[in-house]
Amino acid sequence: MNTVIQNLTKDDVKKIIAKRIAKEFKENDIVTFGIGLPTEAANYIDEKKHIIIQSENGILGLGKTQEGPNYNTKIVNAGGAYVEVNKGACFYDSQMAFTIMRGGHIDATVLGALQVDSEGSIASWQIPGKFVPGIGGSIDLIVGSKKVIVAMTHTSKNEPKIVKKCTLPLTAYKEVDMIVTERCVFMVSPEGLILTEINPLFSVEDIKNSTGADFKVSKYLKNMND
Amino acid sequence: MKKIISAKQAAGLIKSNSTVMIGGFLSCGAPDKIIDELVKENINNLTMICNDTSFENVDKGLMIKHGLVKKVITTHIGTNPVTLEKMHAGEVKVEFYPMGTLVEKIHAKGSGLGGVLTPTGIGTILEEGKNIVEIKGKKYIFEEPLGADFAIIYGTKVDRYGNVKFEGTTRNFNTSMATAADVVIVQADEIVDCINPDEVVIPGIFIDYIVDGGIK
Repeated sequence: MNTVIQNLTKDDVKKIIAKRIAKEFKENDIVTFGIGLPTEAANYIDEKKHIIIQSENGILGLGKTQEGPNYNTKIVNAGGAYVEVNKGACFYDSQMAFTIMRGGHIDATVLGALQVDSEGSIASWQIPGKFVPGIGGSIDLIVGSKKVIVAMTHTSKNEPKIVKKCTLPLTAYKEVDMIVTERCVFMVSPEGLILTEINPLFSVEDIKNSTGADFKVSKYLKNMND
Repeated sequence: MKKIISAKQAAGLIKSNSTVMIGGFLSCGAPDKIIDELVKENINNLTMICNDTSFENVDKGLMIKHGLVKKVITTHIGTNPVTLEKMHAGEVKVEFYPMGTLVEKIHAKGSGLGGVLTPTGIGTILEEGKNIVEIKGKKYIFEEPLGADFAIIYGTKVDRYGNVKFEGTTRNFNTSMATAADVVIVQADEIVDCINPDEVVIPGIFIDYIVDGGIK
């Protein structure tokens, strides 16, 4: 594959994706982040937007990680890290958590993926025989959120992660609305993928060469860093 | 008034070969003191119903590590490499459900419902072998209620009437599990005389035994 290798460090990649996603939220949105790269986006949210972050283990109003040494071990996030909560926060049990998540009460969810396809189907929970950690709560979140944003590196070991049809077991069928990578932004439409924004370090040709699915280029193609 | 027993006595109530629900999201809100006694007493061949198998050397993870569990019904085992190893070695059978499905299966049992219809998993391998029900043009997976012989749960404060109150994110599966097992044992950080009725999260009628976790 003739992928142009740009010298982006892991940190650069994270930052580009996180910054772009943070712009996606509207005032007072209720959002959820998957563990890892998606969580980075929380660091770039404009405080004036009053975004409420949900944690699937029972928090609305998730705050930052606690600073030790005296931890309150009774407040953790979904990864088990000790966290703070913001003013106006509340706690609830898992049944309420999934009423909120699956019931259509979350405005946007951001999560990573192993593969996403041109129909908006996502594979994120197992590589058969290699990696089978279980499906957890993300699947309910994808099904129930008003908007599903995938945050991931454009390729994995130079292989495209955006494909025509997922080959790994699906987490959810036709649920993804938007894909943000360090190279570009795709919107998922009924007619397939539309390239709407691009990182100026890359050309449309580069994107074509590193994407495993066909896509249309928007007439209004923008710089994703603007 | 509910019976207050020791963690050791609680473990003595649990029979090998039974089905046990264990509360907690990872280690948060997990009844660790009772689990320690289950390990000491080597209560085994258990079917464990839990959100996750926690980490290798704590609470639910210890039950896996010490071979107490033959089957686990759960949502995620990625934080515990021992569960993964034992699953691949065929020593522990693992049955996965999406988290929202597992909690509703438990809730259905506790509230006398005939099951759950969930859109989660439609169009994925999770729908294989399941009954699919279509309602108003939308597809749902049918899931049966899920109960257990025992539920071992956690509460931050428990009063002598069995009423339970929580702090932080310790509620998780504890509330639903309290409704869905024949015998329910709660490990309390603190046993108090009476909790303000406004602050009770689990009504005391669901609780059979209280264990003083001795944190306070």
